[in-house]
Amino acid sequence: MQFLWAFLVGGGICVIGQLMFDVVKLSPAHTMSTLVVVGAILDGFNLYEPLIRFAGAGASIPITSFGNALVHGALTELHATGPVGVITGMFKLTSAGISSAIIFSFLAALIVRPKG
Amino acid sequence: MAGKAADKGKYKNMTMSSKEYKAFAKSREPGRSVLKNCLRAFVVGGLICVIGQAIQNGYMAWLHLTSTQASGPTVATMIFISVVLTSLGVYDKMAQWAGAGTAVPVTGFANSMCSAALEHRSEGLVLGVGGNMFKLAGSVIVYGAVAAFFVGIAHIILGTGGQ
Repeated sequence: MQFLWAFLVGGGICVIGQLMFDVVKLSPAHTMSTLVVVGAILDGFNLYEPLIRFAGAGASIPITSFGNALVHGALTELHATGPVGVITGMFKLTSAGISSAIIFSFLAALIVRPKG
Repeated sequence: MAGKAADKGKYKNMTMSSKEYKAFAKSREPGRSVLKNCLRAFVVGGLICVIGQAIQNGYMAWLHLTSTQASGPTVATMIFISVVLTSLGVYDKMAQWAGAGTAVPVTGFANSMCSAALEHRSEGLVLGVGGNMFKLAGSVIVYGAVAAFFVGIAHIILGTGGQ
């Protein structure tokens, strides 16, 4: 059941992205930035965590969850340490994604022979 | 524009009004079916999320983590797979077919970083790889961080204390 919801919600978010490509005619960078901002705003209203509880990876794998994780880290730290927490906590939860993307991409650039 | 009157003799006048021409051109355009693109994005994006769910369930069972704790390793694993597929040139082929289905999941974020790193490798490790890795992914991080900052400020002003 969890897999079905992950499929439907994850696929649905990708369809929203595709509609932004095709109908609104946004570039991929504009689409991704918009989705991240939407995820951030949704978590500001405490709406993204319920979606993750409901759809699991269907909500945590699309890029919207990156905005959600930034806000979630900032707000958790804001709650724990006060206003400075917005700055210090922001990247706490997204570290896994950003660090691994940097490290694996760098290693790939070292190992893989560039084409052309 | 100024030569329009002078050209009149040389060229045949258009028999269609510009409005008619636009409609005609549109009818002859190759069909970029939005519906088909959305269906592909839905299926591929959904499948990537199902793979993510399977990996997350695996970590939860194997390392006895809660779903929140497992999401970090899950994302890292998905990114690793995406980087390998990008290095083999497979991910970009998938992306051509699936559009947003491969771009919206976090694997697309890793793909944009890895392909930028590989593409600029020939310019050197520092200026090429280091300087260009965030060429495309940078906008996502910048807008995400700025949005998160303003949401945080809003919570401070509203006095919710981050709850």
